[in-house]
Amino acid sequence: MRNLLRIHAFLPLWALAVLSVPSASAQLRVGLVLERSGKDDKSFNASAYQGLKRAEKELGVSTKTVEAPDNAAYESLQRAFAEKKFDLIIAVGFHQLESVKKNAARFPNQKFLLVDEDAKAPNVRSVMFEEHEGSYLVGALAAMHAPGGKIGFIGGMDVPLIRRFETGYVAGAKKINPKVQMLSNYLGVTGEAWNNPPKAKELALDQFNRGAEVIFVAAGNSGVGVFDAAADRKKLAIGVDSNQNWLKPGSILTSMLKRVDEAVYDSVKLFKEGKFTTGLIRYGVKSKGVDYSLDEHNARLVTEADKKQLEQLRTEIVKGKIKVPDYYLIQKK
Amino acid sequence: MKNSDQLRIPHSIRSFLRSVVGAIGGLLAGLLICRFAGESPGKVLTVLLNSSFGSGYDFGMTLFYMAYFILAGLAVAIPFKAGLFNIGGEGQLTIGALAAAWAGVAGAGIQSPVLAVLFATAASFLAGGIWGAIPGYLKARRGSHEVITTIMMNFIAAGVTSYFTLYVLKDPDSSQAETIPLSMVFQLKPFAVFNGAPMGGLILALMAMTLVLHLVLRNSVWGYRLKATGENETAGSTFGISAPGAWLSSMFVAGGIAGLTGLVEVLGNSHRFKIGFSADYGFVGIAVALVARGNILGILPSAFLFGVLQKGAGSLDLETDKVTRDLTYIIQGLIILGVASDGLWELPARLWRRRNA
Repeated sequence: MRNLLRIHAFLPLWALAVLSVPSASAQLRVGLVLERSGKDDKSFNASAYQGLKRAEKELGVSTKTVEAPDNAAYESLQRAFAEKKFDLIIAVGFHQLESVKKNAARFPNQKFLLVDEDAKAPNVRSVMFEEHEGSYLVGALAAMHAPGGKIGFIGGMDVPLIRRFETGYVAGAKKINPKVQMLSNYLGVTGEAWNNPPKAKELALDQFNRGAEVIFVAAGNSGVGVFDAAADRKKLAIGVDSNQNWLKPGSILTSMLKRVDEAVYDSVKLFKEGKFTTGLIRYGVKSKGVDYSLDEHNARLVTEADKKQLEQLRTEIVKGKIKVPDYYLIQKK
Repeated sequence: MKNSDQLRIPHSIRSFLRSVVGAIGGLLAGLLICRFAGESPGKVLTVLLNSSFGSGYDFGMTLFYMAYFILAGLAVAIPFKAGLFNIGGEGQLTIGALAAAWAGVAGAGIQSPVLAVLFATAASFLAGGIWGAIPGYLKARRGSHEVITTIMMNFIAAGVTSYFTLYVLKDPDSSQAETIPLSMVFQLKPFAVFNGAPMGGLILALMAMTLVLHLVLRNSVWGYRLKATGENETAGSTFGISAPGAWLSSMFVAGGIAGLTGLVEVLGNSHRFKIGFSADYGFVGIAVALVARGNILGILPSAFLFGVLQKGAGSLDLETDKVTRDLTYIIQGLIILGVASDGLWELPARLWRRRNA
């Protein structure tokens, strides 16, 4: 007990010692604050983490990654990074919007990168992805591989972001086959929805039973259940966020990539070169910030003709000839 | 502590001291585990203390977490008096928080901050209370086991809140799953000393509420009814104490108190309801009540301890290289173990008696 008290008494000294450690070199220091699901979510946060690790290796920056234990911790952790005078603080996920706004105002000289929302602050670079555009392309590809005219969609939680994937996906499929029929299911109403592969598998089996030939899944970790179902039934699935083709080679038609890793890496690189800009940056099919994945695992599934057609669609989206419906705009009406 | 001394110490204080020693033992065991991970226990302890007391902001955040845990802990401890195990705190608190957000929309015309806060408080308490009273009613009327019904009510609460958030109270200007923000009159002011941490006079109000509850449960007829039912329901009913009444009322009050989380989260912190705001606080409440050994006043130090650990979780990630936020869950577990292994205290006394027999 007495020892504990003694530590208490010296606390201010400890605090001083921690704060006064000089930064050993002029090395750039980047702090990354991840969402509750953490760096092993095989999806969004994992992608950000990989991007930062790549920056550490290739650009020689020093990095520190933290995973928030709860939503209130986002603000504390960003603030701790700012107080430690990190050069760049990266906040991943739309949950961090409010906290980035507050901290950006509190530390006006601190630079932030916010992924997936627009902070509208002068010292924040906000990166948003046009998920509906990427979903449009994989929707088109799904329709090409569904001669029976039935495709499926499985979402995690019924939130606007996932609706955005869904509307883009249907629109893409309708472009290829106007009579296409769509089966859609959402996994749940709690955070568990992102981490429930068995339920995802049941839903996928049900959709396959009802005639779906390709299922696009946007449900975080739950996606592996859909891939399992596709492999069991010798049907096809489409992955999301990072390249998931390797998880069940031959059963995964492609993955709708959301290049969070590129966004993180690019921003750190720009920062190092002194070219870091703030404001909203959109990653769409034009910059390939959202894209469909091609690798050795799906090389036999996606034909040259498919690719040609998809590239044609990409150019038309970029040129503005095709307007992909955006759920964020639809819900406002 | 010698055996002869022990006899003179009142039971309640002895029990409190045992809990404290148990908790410290658990904490020390948890810190020792860091050694295996290659991190020095002293450093981990410093990080934990620094992260909760290091600055006004840090302390404010610790109290902010403490507020969640007081409410969630009470929601478990009160029905426990009547012999019920309420694991529906999570559902009751989400419903209460949603009700607070609803109050902000429904009472948009209210001009007085006092009225606004009272209105939101009543809405949260009633909504959470009704949510808690449903399993209480099912238990009283049908004998349905409360562990089953409360946990099922958690899922229903998640469904109901996400429906209201997405389709009824949805903020049209946001792409996130959240409700329309509260107007200024509904927002609680934080203390300036906390330098940005979302906590103000509310924490004092919650502490006072806990004290009042403690006195009420100890001195009122209602408190006696709960206790008589909890200790021995058959004996209680022989004396004319209705067990169903005790179950229903304790679950209503517990749910209402859990529902007051709406004040902490919606009025105090985000100023709107966000799906998934709770990091399972309702379930942590079970641990909080366990460490307090069901004692109402004990909830305060116990909730504070959990607040320290919750605040420290993120800092461990930040300040150390080898241990992560998960260490605090190990520490929580060991603290519960330390407090719960009550029987060990009787061991020396029993051995002593046996030797002198």
